[in-house]
Amino acid sequence: MRLMTSIVLVALVAACSTKPTQPTLYERLGEQDGITTIVDNLLYELGGNDTLLPFFAKTDIGRFREKLIEQLCQVSDGPCEYTGDSMAQVHAGMGLNDSHFNALVTDLVAAMDEADVATGAQNDLLSRLVPMYDEVMNPDAYLEPGTASQAP
Amino acid sequence: MVNRYLNRALLAGAVLSMLALAPAWAGSKILATSAATQIEGAAGGGLVPWAVIGGYGSEGEWGGAASLTRVGLPDFQLGTAAVHAGVNNRVEFSFAQQTLQVDNLASVLGSPLDGVIEQHVYGAKARLWGDLIYEPWPQISLGAQHKVNLNPAAGTVLGANSDSGTDWYLSASKLYLHALFERNVLLNGTFRYTDANETGFLGFGAEGESDPKFMVEASAGLFLNANWALGVEYRQKPDRLNLGESDWRDAFVAWFPSKRVTVVGAYTDLGKVALWDDQTGWYLSVQINN
Repeated sequence: MRLMTSIVLVALVAACSTKPTQPTLYERLGEQDGITTIVDNLLYELGGNDTLLPFFAKTDIGRFREKLIEQLCQVSDGPCEYTGDSMAQVHAGMGLNDSHFNALVTDLVAAMDEADVATGAQNDLLSRLVPMYDEVMNPDAYLEPGTASQAP
Repeated sequence: MVNRYLNRALLAGAVLSMLALAPAWAGSKILATSAATQIEGAAGGGLVPWAVIGGYGSEGEWGGAASLTRVGLPDFQLGTAAVHAGVNNRVEFSFAQQTLQVDNLASVLGSPLDGVIEQHVYGAKARLWGDLIYEPWPQISLGAQHKVNLNPAAGTVLGANSDSGTDWYLSASKLYLHALFERNVLLNGTFRYTDANETGFLGFGAEGESDPKFMVEASAGLFLNANWALGVEYRQKPDRLNLGESDWRDAFVAWFPSKRVTVVGAYTDLGKVALWDDQTGWYLSVQINN
């Protein structure tokens, strides 16, 4: 019986030790501190972006920052839950086109570069955000009439 | 002949410096996603036109590019000076002046080739649907390249029946993010409908066989980071003059130091060109974007 228990224990330990623990994207982005740095860098980039800045004229930047940190944390498998409005609600009525979307991606890449995020982790985050493209660009298709966010 | 090269160098130099000195303005497309210039002037890899619309102009913008390309082969030098412009990320217009020069004419005395064959290529391309990066399906574009061979004698002697022709092509391109070794991968496939011999340098069509044919072209690229990519290309070619015309292939390194500059270096294998076997050599293209 003791032999049996030992064998099982050894097998379990072996199974655990051979299974490499892959860091989550959240960890690779530097967890909460790293994501906060990325978002702050992004805000700095947006501040100098004449194409995108007008869209933030009426935005509560503090809330935007907090919700974006939450969102990137959740998207990267971190211990957070995004509590902001849907992408459709946030972007409704903005009349965005591809040049705006491209400009934001460019600023996000610059923000990640500035935060020394490795190329692989950058690509991973971008690949998780890109599926939101359709909802951001065509918010009306995702909204019931009258449900767009009134106060940012 | 000296004059011709001088004129071309001056023209290309003027265009390049105009673009380089123009007020600093760049379109919104992501770095490297306006591609390079393929040998006939369209946005693409080195040999293959892609579905990408040239220039960094996104929706509501325009963008242009001017490039000089040189291919050094054992018995030939191929030079291309090209410009293309994309509008609204929807349509692209291009022009390329190509020169194929036989290096050592004395050793091939009696060959039907002129020392230099010059060709002009007028191109247009339209994005039909899709987006290179953001949508699940590839970007699809339809393009045309109208080619005029200014020295058609060689082609005529070898059996071509026209000195001009129009290639039509349908391309699908897609950038897959975080796809391989955590890197972004670009895949492109192109179907070309063509009656050109050696892309037109040996004229178009052939006696008794004038119907254009469908050819397959493909490219694959791996982005090491935002600035560097490695890739390979393949371009199937017809052999209507029964000279053993080879399919073309290359392996390239592309460098995108900024939206202003694109540099592509490649090892090319053009196989048998006209009467000459084993035409493998280097390829270098330098491009300035506005």
